[in-house]
Amino acid sequence: MKGLISEPFQKYEIPGPIKALVISKPKVVSSIIKRAKNPIFIVGHESTKVELNGKKPIDYVIRMAKASDIPVVAVSNTAREFLKRDFKPKALMASMEIGNLLTDPNWSINGKGPHDIALILGITYYVEWVILSGLKSFAYNHLKTISLDRYYQPNANWSFPNLSLKEWYENLEEIARELGVMEK
Amino acid sequence: MANLKIRIDELHTDKIIAKGFEFRVGRLIEEWEEEPGPTQMPNIASLRDWDRKLLSKYKPFYLPFCELCCLCTMGKCDLSQGKRGACGIDMAAQQSRIVLISCTLGAATHTAHARHLLDELIAKYGPDHPIDVGGASVYVEAPNIRLVTGIKPKTLSDLEDALEYCEKELIHLLAACHTGQEGDNIDFESKVFHAGMIDHVALEICDIAQISAYNFPKADPEAPLADIGISVIDPTKPTILVIGHNVPPSIEIYEYMKKAGLEDSIELCGICCTALDLTRKTSKAKIVGPLSHQLRFIRSGLADVIVVDEQCIRTDVLIEAKRVHAPLISTHYRNFQGLPDRTKDSIDEIVKDLVSAQVPGVALLDSEKVGEVAVKVALSVFKKRQKFKAIPLEPEVIKDAKRCTRCGNCQRVCPNYLPIPEAMLAVANGNLEPLSNLYEACIGCGRCEAYDVCHQGLKPHSMIVGASRLKMEQDRFKIRIGRGAIQDTEIRAVGGPIVMGEIPGVVAIVGCANYPGSWKDNAIIAEEFLKRKFIVTASGCAAMSISMYKNEDNQSLYEAYPGIFDAGGLVNCGSCVANSHISGALIKIASIFAKRKLNSNYEEIADYIHNRVGAVGLAWGAMSQKASSIASGFWRLGVPVIVGPHGSKYRRGLLGRKDIKEDWYVLDGRTGKRVYVGPTPEHLFISVEKKEEAMVLIPKLCMRPSDTTKGRAIKLYHYIDLYTKFYGILPDDIHLFVRTKADIPTTMKEEVIKVLEEKGWKESEIPSLDPTLLSKFVRVKG
Repeated sequence: MKGLISEPFQKYEIPGPIKALVISKPKVVSSIIKRAKNPIFIVGHESTKVELNGKKPIDYVIRMAKASDIPVVAVSNTAREFLKRDFKPKALMASMEIGNLLTDPNWSINGKGPHDIALILGITYYVEWVILSGLKSFAYNHLKTISLDRYYQPNANWSFPNLSLKEWYENLEEIARELGVMEK
Repeated sequence: MANLKIRIDELHTDKIIAKGFEFRVGRLIEEWEEEPGPTQMPNIASLRDWDRKLLSKYKPFYLPFCELCCLCTMGKCDLSQGKRGACGIDMAAQQSRIVLISCTLGAATHTAHARHLLDELIAKYGPDHPIDVGGASVYVEAPNIRLVTGIKPKTLSDLEDALEYCEKELIHLLAACHTGQEGDNIDFESKVFHAGMIDHVALEICDIAQISAYNFPKADPEAPLADIGISVIDPTKPTILVIGHNVPPSIEIYEYMKKAGLEDSIELCGICCTALDLTRKTSKAKIVGPLSHQLRFIRSGLADVIVVDEQCIRTDVLIEAKRVHAPLISTHYRNFQGLPDRTKDSIDEIVKDLVSAQVPGVALLDSEKVGEVAVKVALSVFKKRQKFKAIPLEPEVIKDAKRCTRCGNCQRVCPNYLPIPEAMLAVANGNLEPLSNLYEACIGCGRCEAYDVCHQGLKPHSMIVGASRLKMEQDRFKIRIGRGAIQDTEIRAVGGPIVMGEIPGVVAIVGCANYPGSWKDNAIIAEEFLKRKFIVTASGCAAMSISMYKNEDNQSLYEAYPGIFDAGGLVNCGSCVANSHISGALIKIASIFAKRKLNSNYEEIADYIHNRVGAVGLAWGAMSQKASSIASGFWRLGVPVIVGPHGSKYRRGLLGRKDIKEDWYVLDGRTGKRVYVGPTPEHLFISVEKKEEAMVLIPKLCMRPSDTTKGRAIKLYHYIDLYTKFYGILPDDIHLFVRTKADIPTTMKEEVIKVLEEKGWKESEIPSLDPTLLSKFVRVKG
C-alpha cells in the first residue's frame, strides 16, 4: 500500500496522543464488522463526489450494508443518491445529530441493542475529525469507530492512511467482497 | 441623564449662609413608568436556573477540537477518553471552558468597542446628546439594555451605566476560566449564556450610540442602496481603504474630504463592518466586500492608503501594505501593528514621513487627525504608487502553474481543501477556468502561501485572483445600507402573525465570511426564504455576501426585495453590532405585541420568545469569537442558531433529542397542566455541512409550541417541501410535529396522512397556546 503514512490529510488537524490505528489490510475491517454485534454505517456527501470506472464510494457502501445487514444513516442530502440506487437508508440526519446519538450507550437505530461499531465514510474531512474526536471521548466505553474515507482520520479507532483514489477503491472493493463472501 | 451640576450664587438659611456654592451629582438614571422586574443587572448566578432549564433540553455534544489542555504549567494534559487533567478538569468541562473563553473574548471585544466609541462620541457630541434610533416610530429604543439593566437611555451618558455593568460582568466571566475555578460543564455553559446576554447589551450600546450621534438611518425600511464589489472602485482616483469595525476614524476621513471639497475626487471604500457603517453615514462611501476580500483587494494595489481600526483585520496587514507600497495608518490602541505612535506629532510631519516612505505606517489615535492625514497622503502617493499591485497577470499565472508538481500541500493546508492542484494542471495547459472557479470559494486566508507550503514557491491565492480578472470586473452589486432598529409599528403589524406561525419565521442570516463553499450560498439561502415569505434579516459580512449575487432579473436581492420587517422583506440591520436589533426585535415582539413586562424581566421574555417566536439564526460562515458570543446571546433567549461546517470547530452543539418524549413537555400557563408539544424547536445550536441541510432545518427550527394549526400547517409545508426537494423523500418525523389533523398542510394531506398511519400517530390533545417552561409563570396552578 503506497503512501502508508498516518498523518492528517488536512495538515493542521493535529490530534491528541491517541491516534487511529492504520488499516493496513482491508481484511481487518471485514473481520471487525463480522464480529460486531450491531454496527452502523454513517455516510456523507463526499461518498458521491468522486468516480472511478463508473463507480462511486456510495456503491461500495451499499454492497457492504446489504451484505452485512448494516443500517445506514445518510447524512442528509446523501439520501437522494441512495434512493437513486434503490437503497433506502435507515435514517437521514445531520452528522452532528448522529454523532450525538452515538454517545448514548442506550440508543440504537434498529432496536437491536447499542451500536458497538460505527463505520464512517464521506463526511466533510474536518467535521468528521471533530465528530470522531467527540466519540473518542464520550463514547469510548461502548463504541469503536472505523473511518473508511480516503484520507487518514486520526480520531477514529481505525482509519485508512492517506490513499490514492485507486488504492482507496481497491480497499473498498476488497472489504465489500470479503463481506459478500462471508454472507454466503 | 448626564452629570448634574448645580450652582447657587447666594444661599441664606437659618443655619447656612453660602456664596458661589456649586455641587455636582454623578449621573441620575431616569426611572421609567414600568417597575423593575426580578432580574435587574443579573449577575452570573441570577439566571442559572433558566439556563439549566434550557440546557436540560438541549444538552451539549462536545467535539474536542483539541484534546489537550495547555493553559497552565502542570500541562499539557491529555483529557481524552475519560482522563482528567492535573487540575482535575475533565473533557466536558474543558470544552465548555474553551467555549466560555471564546464567548467572553467576543463579548469583551464588543464591550471594549462600545467603550471606545461611547467615550469618543461623548467627547465630540456631549453627554446629553439624545438617543434617537427612530423618532416616534421607535419608542422602545433599547430593548436589550432595558431588559437586562433596567435602564431606559435618553442620552449618550445614560449608556455609561449599562456599559459599566457589562465590563464588571465580563471580569467575573473571564475569572471563571482560570485554573482551579469552575469544574462543571453545565455551569460553564450557563456562563456562556451570560456572556452572550452581556454581548447583546454591548452591541446595542454601540449601535444606538452611533445611530444617534452620526445620524445613521433611523429604523428606515427604505434606507438607500450602496455600491459593493471590487469593481465599483474607480481606479483613476486616489483611494483610501478602511478596514475594521470601529467607524469614527473613517467618518472623520469623510468629514475632512467634505470640508476640503474632495468628496468626488477621492474613493473612500472599506472592507468589513467599518465599510457597512460608513455607508450609513455617506452615499459617497463604497464597500469592497466582506473580510475575505482583504488580501485580494490590498494586493490589487487599488488602495493608496490603508486605514485600520479594530477587529477582523488581518494581523499581517502591514506586511501586505508594504508589498504594494501603500502607507498604513493604525487608528486604535488595540491594534498598533508595531507602528510608532505619532498622535502628538504635527500633521505635516506625519504626512511627509508617510509620503516619502520614511516609515511604512503610523499609529494615530486621534480620529480627526486620521481624517486629514489619510486624505493628504492619498492625494500625494496616488501618482507615485501608480496602483502598484501584487497580483500576477494571466500569462504569469500560466507560466507559474507549469512549475506545479501537484504535491497537494496547498490543498492540504486550505481550510476548505480546495482542489488547487487539479486546477493548476488545467492552467498549465492554458485553461484558467478551474482556478478562476475557486475565486468565490476561497476565503482569502492565504495559508496556501505560507512558508514551506509550496516547494516551488508558488503563491496559489494570488494565482487564483490573477486568474479571476474577468470575475473581479463583474464584482459590482447593490446593498441596502444598514437600517438599524425595527420600528415598533412593524413589530405591532407582524407580532401576531409570527407568534401564531402565519409568517413562517424570522431567519437571521448573520456572521463572518468563513464559508465552506461559494459566498453566494448565503444569497441562495436568503432568496429561498424570501420567496417563501419568511422575514429575512441580515448583518455584517453575511449581509454583504447576500448582495454579491444576482437573481434571474440581474438584480441583487436588496434591489428585488423590500427592506421592511415583514413577510418577504430583506432587512439589513447593519454591521455586527446591529445584531442587537435582531435580538431586540424578538424582545419587542414579547414586550410590545404580547405586552410582557420589559424592565429587568429576562426570564419571562426569554421564555416567551423560546416558546412562541419562530426565529432562527444562520451564521453560515461563522469564524470569530465575536460570532460565538452573538450566537450565545440568542441561545439564552432560547433562539436556535445554525452554523456551517466550520462552526463545528466551536467545539460543541446544543442538541435536542426528539426521540425522548419526556424532554418536550411544557406547562400551560393558564392551567399549569403539562402538555407534550413535540420537539419545537428541536435544537439550540447545530452545525450542518451543506446549504441544503441548513435550508431544511430553518423552517423546522421555526416551529414553536404556540403555533396555531394554520401556522403549524404553513411551517410544516415549508419543512416538508424543502425536505422532499433536497432529499427526495418525505421526512420521517412528521408525526412529531402534527398535533391534530388541522396541522397538516392542505396540499400534502394524502401523503402526510399515509406517513402518520405508518407511524401509528394519534391525534393529541389540543395544544397549549400559553406554553411556558417555568412554573412561576403559571397563572392558575393545575
